Amino acid sequence: MKSKSKWITVPFAVWVIIFTVVPLVLILFFAFTNEDKIFTINNITHVGKYSSVFVNSLLLSAVATAICLILGYPFAYLISKMPEKVQSIAVILVMLPMLMNFLLRTYAWMTILENNGILNSVLKFFHLPALNLINTKKAVVLGMVYNFLPYMILPIYSVLMKIDKRLIEAAKDLGAGKMKVFSKVIFPLSKPGVVSGVTMVFVPSVSTFVISKMLGGGANILIGDLIEMQFLGNSYNPHLGSAISLILILLVLICIGILNQYDSSLNSKNKSQ
Amino acid sequence: MELFRDIQVLKALFNTVMISVTASILATIIGTLAAVGLRKLRSSLKKAILTVTNLPMVNPEIVTGVSLMLTFISIYNTLGVLKLGMATLTLSHTIFCVPYVILSILPKLEQLNPSLYEAAQDLGCAPVKAFFRVVLPDIMPGILTGMIMAFTLSLDDFIISYFTSGTVMTLPISIYSMTRKGVSPEINALSALLFLVVLVLLLIINLRQSVRENADVVNLR
Repeated sequence: MKSKSKWITVPFAVWVIIFTVVPLVLILFFAFTNEDKIFTINNITHVGKYSSVFVNSLLLSAVATAICLILGYPFAYLISKMPEKVQSIAVILVMLPMLMNFLLRTYAWMTILENNGILNSVLKFFHLPALNLINTKKAVVLGMVYNFLPYMILPIYSVLMKIDKRLIEAAKDLGAGKMKVFSKVIFPLSKPGVVSGVTMVFVPSVSTFVISKMLGGGANILIGDLIEMQFLGNSYNPHLGSAISLILILLVLICIGILNQYDSSLNSKNKSQ
Repeated sequence: MELFRDIQVLKALFNTVMISVTASILATIIGTLAAVGLRKLRSSLKKAILTVTNLPMVNPEIVTGVSLMLTFISIYNTLGVLKLGMATLTLSHTIFCVPYVILSILPKLEQLNPSLYEAAQDLGCAPVKAFFRVVLPDIMPGILTGMIMAFTLSLDDFIISYFTSGTVMTLPISIYSMTRKGVSPEINALSALLFLVVLVLLLIINLRQSVRENADVVNLR
């Protein structure tokens, strides 16, 4: 009777193949064909023309991820040190902005950063020079950091909470100072959280088209904008769009691969010691 | 003009709620069956299926959206069914919600005591009845958490909807189309309401699990 219920998985496997595998295979197919369904690598070579967009995307999302890590790690650390009751409130506060629709959150920043927006009105009131922020790279990075910071804080926090307190006590007993406890015990043990936090900030940042469109104006095109233009924009070309998507998938896989390598090499080093 | 916009917003709200309710129920049913079946599989096969299932969680959302759009268009071009619209929206929401449902049920299934199910059958219970009487009540908390998560994810989704909607408007899509000219106050009011709905739902999940476990659930995203 046990063997019977595993056959439930067959329709599910079919579902997964149709709606997860086939769509990705279609991207592969479209990327390597032209309108007449004939094999070509022109789409892929065509992507080379947009290398500046790729560099721009990688750069901005790397900066945003770094800022999130620098802000998020101490924040997660502080939360994990709070009394239990305060912790749950702090976690809810971190998650709260995520409940508001992503588009409205970004739109709110649009009204703050606009040339005649809230920020500049405040600056004007204090007779300070106005800042030109909207439609710049700075605004795009700000949008990424603001929107994805919780994805950095929460995984790091949950890993920090799982660290065995006895290890920290042992390090202290053996004469390690606060800095040393952090650098030799706490930080290495929190690496998995850092890795998943970095992934969860980097992937949506590098593929966004909403933030760049709303806060970056037309001038700062990212990979996401490029893909969106090929599928829903004026320059309808699903073949080129698929080629760009394919390269985006590969880029993300390479980045995740490097990150996990870093994490696992560290784990094996710890084990061998 | 103002009234026309009101009607549009209401229509978008109606579509959003319809899609979220349908997709979260469908995703819960598919996810529950899948989780129950997966548990019985060899661990290597189970791992392989789960890896593929979780691909949409790892992939950039825009890739999932674009790939589903290509699939639906190809299906429409060859079979003449599934034109981009409500059906494809509901289907794609179901697709991206299923992994979250499975991931919230699997841990509950692991904790399940298999002897209970066997005992029920030894006592003369048919397998299906034993499942509904013994297994289902035990994994219910996981199922409900998964369903609430699916509902909130679907309610809030923009990127995947944007590519699979055709001309149908959902609330996030109409917000996006308004951001150029200025978002109407009705949208702000509606969004505040949705914010409260999501907040209440999340508080329910929170009460069901400890906050720490909840941070783990977000971690999976």
